[in-house]
Amino acid sequence: MQKNKAKTYRIQISAATENLEIIRGFIQDIARQAGFTTEQIDQIKLAVDEACTNAIKHAYSYDASKTIDLKIDLDSEKMEIVVTDYGPGFDPQKLDQPDINKNAKKAKPGGLGIHLMKTLMDTVNFKIIPGQKTEVHLIKYRTPETQR
Amino acid sequence: MSGFKVKREDKDAVTVLYLSGFLDAHTVPDFEKALQETINDKRYKIIVNFKDLDYISSAGLGVFMGFIEEVRANGGDIKLSNLSPRVYKVFDLLGFPALFEIFDDEKQAMDKFLKPE
Repeated sequence: MQKNKAKTYRIQISAATENLEIIRGFIQDIARQAGFTTEQIDQIKLAVDEACTNAIKHAYSYDASKTIDLKIDLDSEKMEIVVTDYGPGFDPQKLDQPDINKNAKKAKPGGLGIHLMKTLMDTVNFKIIPGQKTEVHLIKYRTPETQR
Repeated sequence: MSGFKVKREDKDAVTVLYLSGFLDAHTVPDFEKALQETINDKRYKIIVNFKDLDYISSAGLGVFMGFIEEVRANGGDIKLSNLSPRVYKVFDLLGFPALFEIFDDEKQAMDKFLKPE
């Protein structure tokens, strides 16, 4: 099997919802060029959208003067995206899995997005330095776990 | 330019909202406005037709959760139709098929409103 050369991409973008479309396009282009399947590309795009939306809404309260950093590392096995915001941080343990049947209105803010990220990606990790920054690490492997 | 459009058509007692483009945190306010206006007009039997919607994130799904209780409390419902497999997958991942009726096409959803079993 031909080994894909490791590559890194970075962008810094203002934390505005109108930029979500640009972010999705950026991720899609890289994932497509790297040979991920259409389904994988859809999953990566949505997971990154959710991470950025949470940063815009919850870390920055829609303050578009703030910035989000995206770093994408590609190698022969996987694509890793790190979404960094410089907001106050949060405790991911306190976000229970949302139960939409119980009470639609009481779903925790950001909970749906985090649940989606965990469902769509192979690995999701949060690295939080309270008061300084939050990094969301999203990993998608080229081949499913069962075939690795 | 917004990549999202919502078009409303009132068909007798049922209002159909046709979505096109992408529904994310940026375009959600347009959809919320259309739903709110429909409810303000006391029209609680609503079909959302997704035929031309290419993309949805959890922000878009959150809109349905925000309105469904009020709509059902007034004897109505929000039924969904014409979802592409790509959009349906997102609803399915979050367990929405247990909470909302989802139909292959608008006519089926309309029939359910007009001829409830």
